[in-house]
Amino acid sequence: MYGKGLKPLSIATVAMLAVALSLVFFYAPLDGDQGFIQKIFYVHVPLAIVALIGFILGGVFAIAHLRTNNRKWDAYSYVSIHISVIFGVAVLITGAIWAKASWGHWWVWDEPTLVSFLIVFLLYATYYPFRYAIEDRDRQARYASVFAVTAGAFVPLNFMAVRMAQSLVHPRTFATAEGGMPGEMMLAFLCMLVAIGLLWTTLVKFELTAKSASGQVKRLRRALDAPVGGGSSRIAPEVS
Amino acid sequence: MTPSRAAFAAILAKDLRSELRTLQSLPAMALFSVTTLVIFRFGLDRTSLSGSLAAGVLWATLLFAAVLGINRLFVAEREEGGFDAIRLAPIDRSVLFGAKVAALVIYLAALELVAVPIFAVFFLDGAGGLGPLVAVLLLADLGLAATGTLISSMAVNSRARDLLVPLVLLPLVVPLMIAATGATEPLLALGGPSYHRFGTWLMVLGLYDLIFGLVGYAVFDFLLED
Repeated sequence: MYGKGLKPLSIATVAMLAVALSLVFFYAPLDGDQGFIQKIFYVHVPLAIVALIGFILGGVFAIAHLRTNNRKWDAYSYVSIHISVIFGVAVLITGAIWAKASWGHWWVWDEPTLVSFLIVFLLYATYYPFRYAIEDRDRQARYASVFAVTAGAFVPLNFMAVRMAQSLVHPRTFATAEGGMPGEMMLAFLCMLVAIGLLWTTLVKFELTAKSASGQVKRLRRALDAPVGGGSSRIAPEVS
Repeated sequence: MTPSRAAFAAILAKDLRSELRTLQSLPAMALFSVTTLVIFRFGLDRTSLSGSLAAGVLWATLLFAAVLGINRLFVAEREEGGFDAIRLAPIDRSVLFGAKVAALVIYLAALELVAVPIFAVFFLDGAGGLGPLVAVLLLADLGLAATGTLISSMAVNSRARDLLVPLVLLPLVVPLMIAATGATEPLLALGGPSYHRFGTWLMVLGLYDLIFGLVGYAVFDFLLED
């Protein structure tokens, strides 16, 4: 059910990644002050943007789950948050590498975007212990949706608060995506953004397919193991 | 009186009466906060604090003491069947959320009535900044209560209840802490209170209260479904 279109999507993702990476390494010019290390920006920023969109989508799917009570939205929400958390780890690691190469420190508290992202990541990382501590499956899905909605509302508030906490004296030292980038860099950046977005979508679809398949296998196993003529009047096992 | 308002008053009165009779959370929270202040004295090796250090010590202490109270907020409801009673009653279920938030604000205010003067006696040189601090405390209490009630109601039905509340609550209250300490720091500055960005931080606190109050009120119905 979920696996339809997974193969063409995967191929499109690999192709787009190949195109985008070659643009990054062979087409985009070297940055004036940071040199080659600046190229990590093409990985770090798209990962961050896609991860944040993924978190917000997790909240949107959660709202759909609460309103319709259809379990599939809960699965979408769970997987979106899962992949985004993994991307989040990658964002923090690439951010640390970039910080070390640019300023000599693995972590800096000066950059409000990185700090906000850390807090958001820590919050979504609590989604798993929270979810698995609730035993009843229906309640687990409902509470997880409430969490995802609350966390989604939290993200913009957090970014605003952290940005305000910065002393106004500190200049922004990162070259951001909006600020005066030459056309070639912008093209490479946009291609990487599309590629990472496709990667996220492929991974989400992959995980949904895997979960759906293993769920079906479990149901079949349970039906086969059920005592014959014991509780149920069905003869053939139930296949969903 | 409309049924919702009557229910709100009834639940709030029940909570306060129960707390006054059993004195479960409040003395523990107050004692914990005073002991934590002593630990900070030795941990930082300082006998007097001002500015950002004072604000940080005060708010960290209040936050951790608040977590104690938040852990216990819905335990009585769960064990004595209060949730079932609310589900059966012909009222809007979000009334329980409102009543619990109000109760928690009152507990936090009681906690601060003890902890803040003791903090001032232990560490501060003058009490000048304490007056405007009341406004910060009030707004921060509202936000902490809204978020705390929401998390507590979810955690009470789980296995690792006492572990989940601090785990999930702390990242959520980071913006609240940023704003609270941002407002408190100039109030406790060495030379006397100043109001640098005081209005801005109060607005951020108010925004936090509004957002989490609304989110909590909106989703609470789903939490109570069986």
